[in-house]
Amino acid sequence: MISHLLKSKFLHDYLRDPSVLVGSFILLVFILAALFGPWIAPQNPYDLKAISLEDFLKPPSWMAEGEAKFPLGTDDQGRDILSTILYGCRTSLIVAFGVVLVSGSFGITMGMLAAYYGGRLDALLMRLADTFFSFSTTLIAFLLLGVFKQKGVLVVIIAISIADWVRYARTMRGSVLEIKETAFITAARASGAGDMRILLRHLLPNALPPIFVVVAVDLAVVIMIEATLSFLGVGVPLTEPSLGMMISIGKDYIYAGMWWMIVFPGITLILLVVGINLFADWLREELNPKIQ
Amino acid sequence: MLAGVYGTEQDRVEIRKAYALDKPFYIQYALFIARAARGDFGNSYVNRISALKLIMERAPATVELVTTSAVVALILGIGLGVMVSLKPRSAVSRLIMAASLGGISIPTFLIGVLLIMVFSVYLHILPPFGRGETVTMGFWRTGLLTWSGITHLILPALTLMGYQLAVLLRLTRAGMREVLTEEYIKTAWAKGLSARRVIFKHALKNVLIPVITISGLMLGELLAFSVVTETIFQWPGMGNLLLKSIYDSDQPIIVTYIMLASVVILSINIIVDILYAFLNPRIRYD
Repeated sequence: MISHLLKSKFLHDYLRDPSVLVGSFILLVFILAALFGPWIAPQNPYDLKAISLEDFLKPPSWMAEGEAKFPLGTDDQGRDILSTILYGCRTSLIVAFGVVLVSGSFGITMGMLAAYYGGRLDALLMRLADTFFSFSTTLIAFLLLGVFKQKGVLVVIIAISIADWVRYARTMRGSVLEIKETAFITAARASGAGDMRILLRHLLPNALPPIFVVVAVDLAVVIMIEATLSFLGVGVPLTEPSLGMMISIGKDYIYAGMWWMIVFPGITLILLVVGINLFADWLREELNPKIQ
Repeated sequence: MLAGVYGTEQDRVEIRKAYALDKPFYIQYALFIARAARGDFGNSYVNRISALKLIMERAPATVELVTTSAVVALILGIGLGVMVSLKPRSAVSRLIMAASLGGISIPTFLIGVLLIMVFSVYLHILPPFGRGETVTMGFWRTGLLTWSGITHLILPALTLMGYQLAVLLRLTRAGMREVLTEEYIKTAWAKGLSARRVIFKHALKNVLIPVITISGLMLGELLAFSVVTETIFQWPGMGNLLLKSIYDSDQPIIVTYIMLASVVILSINIIVDILYAFLNPRIRYD
């Protein structure tokens, strides 16, 4: 009953906030583009048979030397920019959701255990969190990837997660500490519930709302980190699509006035992150009882 | 690798021996600790000179870039955050908030590339790379004393501070919005205190604690993104050197960089902890 009421209030607020509607719309378009990218893209930019070096550095189709085949132009290898962007979004979203899944589940578990049992585990976790936070996720992931010289989508997910999980652990810890001493947990214990049952059935669902905001913010942050790592050349390998790498290639051609290699992937990246941030902003205000 | 692309097998063996690379990793580690304790971090594999010296040569450029960005981001971030929170509905505030959404949504490298495109390639008003003319003062080569040095600093500093500025602004605004509705602020107004006193003494002081926490964490981020910024602008700093060393697998440089970064980050965190005590008397240890 209560959850029903909450849902309807959520829905009510949601439908009346133009910025979150815009954000969700952008996000929906990107998720669809990423899911169906391979079918809607005019060309598979990573299939060597599909691309031709003769098509290199073509401007967008509405300009004098453009071709209708390449609506947003081509890069230095003759890859269609539009298709590469569609494939790149796929990588961005796979990495983002991958990191949220890996570091989220690990972080939530660790945060919950630390808050519930306290003691050494808690102290260790907090010191670890302090260290990771002051070095920043980007720097840690960059150094890990740089030193171990491994590349690929999975490796990037792992490298970012190694530094990123403390974000979830810290939030979860705070949230659990707050409700740990409330009456309903005492009641659950009095009724004979074991640790496992209290953790999973009582603490977990009630401590989750602040985590939703972290997830939303984290999706945007991870997309930017992945793009940054690939831009620096330590992220996904050259044989895989990435928005960051497209911009890094385009960077070498800005003095030649070939703006399309940067502007289009750039706009895509910004829209993707703005969409998620608009959603995250709304969620934060919605879940904060202090501002109503 | 040290033997060069054309080195013979014998060269390789000799070099491995000379650098103790043929020993198991725990012996290498012990050797490294023993030398590091004496302040010797080894020589660069590529340049064959002391890694620490190589990094210290590059340090002034990075320190100037990072400090400029941090100071400007702090002042502007808090200042604009307070302004926006006081008049949330005005056109200027809305514009600033929209810009700050842009600030947290555009990755640093993209800001840099776009700035170069606009200001250097199309408008030709600011130089796109390098540090300009520098003045040597003792061991410190500074670019802050020449006009060319300052114009060269503008774009990299803007790039590096963009994200931090937006984060600080949004944090200050959110904090001020919460605090301004509290009872004690209403009391302060009712007492007839001047607006300046209420806003800065009563409201802002309480908002500053989370802001200071974030600015302590800012340093790690700034160092990380100095790698990006320095690469884009070919700024001759430590970040640029680090990325090059990573491409070249120049381990001594990477290790020395990490050690130096840790020392700096730790010191800043200690300073931030002391600042807390000034801002919030409740957590003073006495």
